[in-house]
Amino acid sequence: MIPQAFDYYAPTSVTDALRLLRQHGDDAKLLAGGHSLLPIMKLRLSTPQCLIDLGRISDLRFISESDDGSLAIGAMSTYHDIKNSALVQARVPALAEAAGEVGDVQVQNKGTIGGSLAHADPAGDFPALALALNFELVTATTRSGRTIAIDRFFRDLLTTALRPNEILTEVHIPALPAGTGVSYQKLPNKASHYAVVGVAAAITVGDDGVCTEARIGVTGAGPTAVRARNTERILKGKHVDAAVIRRAAKRAGANVEDLNDDLHASAEYREHLTTVFAARAIEEALSRAG
Amino acid sequence: MPNEISVTVNGTRHTSSVEPRTLLVHYLRDELGLTGTHVGCDTSQCGACTVVVDGSAVKSCTVLAVQADGSEVTTIEGLAQDGELHPVQEGFWEEHGLQCGFCTPGIIMTLHQVLDEQPDPSEEEIRHSLAGNICRCTGYQNIVKAAQFAAQRMQE
Ligand SMILES: Cc1cc2nc3c(=O)[nH]c(=O)nc-3n(C[C@H](O)[C@H](O)[C@H](O)COP(=O)(O)OP(=O)(O)OC[C@H]3O[C@@H](n4cnc5c(N)ncnc54)[C@H](O)[C@@H]3O)c2cc1C
Ligand code: FES
Ligand code: FES
Repeated sequence: MIPQAFDYYAPTSVTDALRLLRQHGDDAKLLAGGHSLLPIMKLRLSTPQCLIDLGRISDLRFISESDDGSLAIGAMSTYHDIKNSALVQARVPALAEAAGEVGDVQVQNKGTIGGSLAHADPAGDFPALALALNFELVTATTRSGRTIAIDRFFRDLLTTALRPNEILTEVHIPALPAGTGVSYQKLPNKASHYAVVGVAAAITVGDDGVCTEARIGVTGAGPTAVRARNTERILKGKHVDAAVIRRAAKRAGANVEDLNDDLHASAEYREHLTTVFAARAIEEALSRAG
Repeated sequence: MPNEISVTVNGTRHTSSVEPRTLLVHYLRDELGLTGTHVGCDTSQCGACTVVVDGSAVKSCTVLAVQADGSEVTTIEGLAQDGELHPVQEGFWEEHGLQCGFCTPGIIMTLHQVLDEQPDPSEEEIRHSLAGNICRCTGYQNIVKAAQFAAQRMQE
């Protein structure tokens, strides 16, 4: 399988990439790791006239920490970079662990955090973590840039708030408040390791043992990753014991508008999985919150 | 519009004019005649096409040749030195790690990176690291033994 012919550009700066993007408009597609885009181009489900490869823009590949303890990760950082980053391992171990469970070694070498969020695959892992960890997405256009809150980013199946002339340049992960634990749990598809259902939980517990903040992201269940707001509401303000976890996890599928129903899992089974994996993620997040 | 690329493959530099849509695996097999890299699924799943680009194992059916411009590529043909098998190849020989051998070059190239980063992996780590390589003959037990043999040999 060979993609339809296209022109290829490999700019070395974001400015040049933006200029090319404006020049070629709708005919162009950005290429990051290519592990979502190239397979669909080989199937000719996507037939761009022109590819703008972000792979040679070294400014887009970094992981750093700010004074306020937040992390910044360049859009072209690969899963391999994130899994092996001492900074990510120290600040948000659950993200490093999740990167090591994406696809396989080869996919982790190519796939990028920017590509995974921009593509917004309904079975992608990072969308759920991005919601739980409250990512802020920094973008650039030829005129200016903006910061998009993750809660406003995923719109629909494979659809995000990014505009065609916009490049996602980096993500910011706010510092986690003291007493926060994070966990991501998924049922991996046996062949690809995409999430049949995956749940990310970030839970903050006060000195008195009461849950003060909870953010739960669910992926794989519906057309886009969503926050399980009903589950979050049940957890907040409570001493989270086994009974509370059970009650909260039961509601993890409630915010999914249209449950996926395909050869990997029926809608009914997926709903069941949201409960199982929400409970596991909440339990582990709590055990790490102390 | 063809693009000019320059790629160092197994230590030899090649300058070629390729269509941007040329996949790296086709460049290696059809342009350079290096047919040790196989195409199994052609859908990014099986890992038979795995080669090492700048130290990273990648599925060359899912990489464009133009993306490898300026890179160092190692394929299965580049591992043996002066007729001496690479320790990973030796492991497959000694532990009967292949049956039909179709998946073998890809698995060896993945293990090349894995053992580079983790010289003393546990059995569990070896199995996890080979998630992207499928053996249709299902000879996984001996593939794991071959990896363990190689890890040991490389530490000697
Ligand atoms: C065999 C296999 C197994 C996989 N398993 C998993 C898995 O278990 N879990 C998982 O989450 N994913 C999995 N993936 C998908 C993988 O994570 C993809 O690499 C990822 O979803 C997309 O990242 P990319 O860098 O490859 O993006 P690309 O494929 O290059 O791009 C994807 C889309 O995003 C756009 N884009 C990319 N970067 C930017 C940017 N900076 N700004 C604006 N737009 C941009 C592109 O134009 C394109 O439309 C798997 C893929 C394969 C092939
Ligand atoms: S041929 Fe490339 S992964 Fe199967
Ligand atoms: S040895 Fe035959 S496919 Fe692996």
